[in-house]
Amino acid sequence: MENILLRNRTIPEIGTFETYLEHGGWEAFKKAFSMSPDEVIQEVLNSNLRGRGGAGFSTGRKWSFIPKDAERKYVVVNADESEPGTFKDRELLEFNAQQVIEGAMIAAYAIQATAVYIYFRGEFWDIAHNFEQEIAKAREANLIGQNILGGDWSCEFYTHLGAGAYICGEESAMLNSLQGLLGQPRVKPPFPVMKGGGLYYEPTVVNNVETLANVPWIIVNGADAYRAIGTPESPGPKIFCLSGHIAKAGNYEIPLGTTFRELLYDLAGGPQHEGKGFKALLPSGASGPVIPLTEDMMDTPMTYESLVELGSVLGSASFIVMEEGTDMVWAAYKMAQFFKHESCGKCTPCREGTYWLNQLMTRIISGQGTMRDLEILENAATQMQGKSLCALGEFATSPILGTLKHYRAEFEAYVNGEKQKELPASKTVAVAH
Amino acid sequence: MLQDEKYQEQIQRIFAKYPDKRSAVMPLLYLAQEAYGWLPEEALDEVAELCDIDPTQVKSIAGFYTMYRETPKGKYWLQVCTDLPCALRGADQFYEELKAYLEVEEGGTTEDGLFTVEHVMCLAACDRAPMLQCNFHYMENLDMDKMRAWIEERRAEAREKEQKS
Repeated sequence: MENILLRNRTIPEIGTFETYLEHGGWEAFKKAFSMSPDEVIQEVLNSNLRGRGGAGFSTGRKWSFIPKDAERKYVVVNADESEPGTFKDRELLEFNAQQVIEGAMIAAYAIQATAVYIYFRGEFWDIAHNFEQEIAKAREANLIGQNILGGDWSCEFYTHLGAGAYICGEESAMLNSLQGLLGQPRVKPPFPVMKGGGLYYEPTVVNNVETLANVPWIIVNGADAYRAIGTPESPGPKIFCLSGHIAKAGNYEIPLGTTFRELLYDLAGGPQHEGKGFKALLPSGASGPVIPLTEDMMDTPMTYESLVELGSVLGSASFIVMEEGTDMVWAAYKMAQFFKHESCGKCTPCREGTYWLNQLMTRIISGQGTMRDLEILENAATQMQGKSLCALGEFATSPILGTLKHYRAEFEAYVNGEKQKELPASKTVAVAH
Repeated sequence: MLQDEKYQEQIQRIFAKYPDKRSAVMPLLYLAQEAYGWLPEEALDEVAELCDIDPTQVKSIAGFYTMYRETPKGKYWLQVCTDLPCALRGADQFYEELKAYLEVEEGGTTEDGLFTVEHVMCLAACDRAPMLQCNFHYMENLDMDKMRAWIEERRAEAREKEQKS
């Protein structure tokens, strides 16, 4: 299949304004501009494009929620890609910048936004500075700025750099961070699309980078053509990020509905080390439950729905692959550390919960845990569910509960004294039974 | 220092992006960090004054994120990702060996002031592990042979510079 998103793979300079124009760039925006904003929303709605940041919510529906009478409206591009195992937006931003800018401007036109902000994670420092130059070129061509293409509508496009905080990928935390407040989530509702919930409390569409990169193709080729790719419920191409124990780690753009076998074996070459089989898969980075990666599931098509049936989620499709021999307790411990570090500290269940999950995991992995600790671990994780302000508190429980469900015997080996890991002194905890 | 003439144009450009002053706090912290090399108390005060907010609020923002330097760092600030995807490809061992080679503890700076080493969370480059961020630029597909060579080059540069001065 021809790349719709990672067009840089076949046209290396596509990220620059000049080359992008030579390959049909900004035609989609001009076509959208000749349509009414409502027609643009309807086309995206018909395409059934679902948000690629992880939640899978209908993009067209999100746009349609923006109140028409609001005086100020915003589009915020979520480029705070921070989920362990996810690096798809980075490739798009680094090598296909214009397509992201065009997609964002189509979204802006559809909701008649006053401005677009793109929130980069701080570590995308070089990428953000290059992006500014590409925005400037589009502005010179009157595709951004005052009286765009000679019409009445004006819309600016600004960049903003985060500074290293996973939580800012959560949309309301991102809006707070942009406003110079602490990057912590807001109580919802009001949701960002509503008055009172968005950037500067004005109605705001927050879309992921990959989501917006789909939009120009949909406008040029139409919703029907888009729905012909993938499956009816999960249409379109999707970038899968493969990391961990896989022969060829990297990004793969494939239609949703491709099977595990086609991706993991045919494209990515199977397990990293010869003679080893697969053991486990985290399909959505650290945030979705871990599942055993078995031969039985290899011919299952990968969609938002099928991953739920397998006991996990597709999320952002960041596949962290683990081979036979991987210590699953250690993997869960790594993720417990991650969430403990990244909890923003605003709400109690998450702040305290991630702290205690990490304490318990540390105790268990250093060989000082008991069977009782496994119960407390399960109990603490279950108690956190459904109680925090945003999804982070929920995500933090997934690796723990998923691992306990599928690999309980490995935990028991640690608490029975059969196994223990030497941890650096800074990582150990006081034991009180 | 941010009052210096040479920063005024940049400051104005930052303010032009946002409808209120407060939103400029993050880019101004980066600018202050560039000016001072890190974020001492007076830098935070200057940012607070520019944004018209309390210095305590600026301090809480600086402390919330990992890319603001609340203490002075070495010339090369090495932040190694040791999250699960990188760790599956040897990042933990790489990080331990790097600290041992530089003879520093977690977060420590070498005596010559050249290198600070710490570990950080996912940097979105999992397919090119082990990797690190050096002063906001990525170094990828690393191993200790490459790192030793790179470290010795930086040390040689520093010695050369010292001899000249």
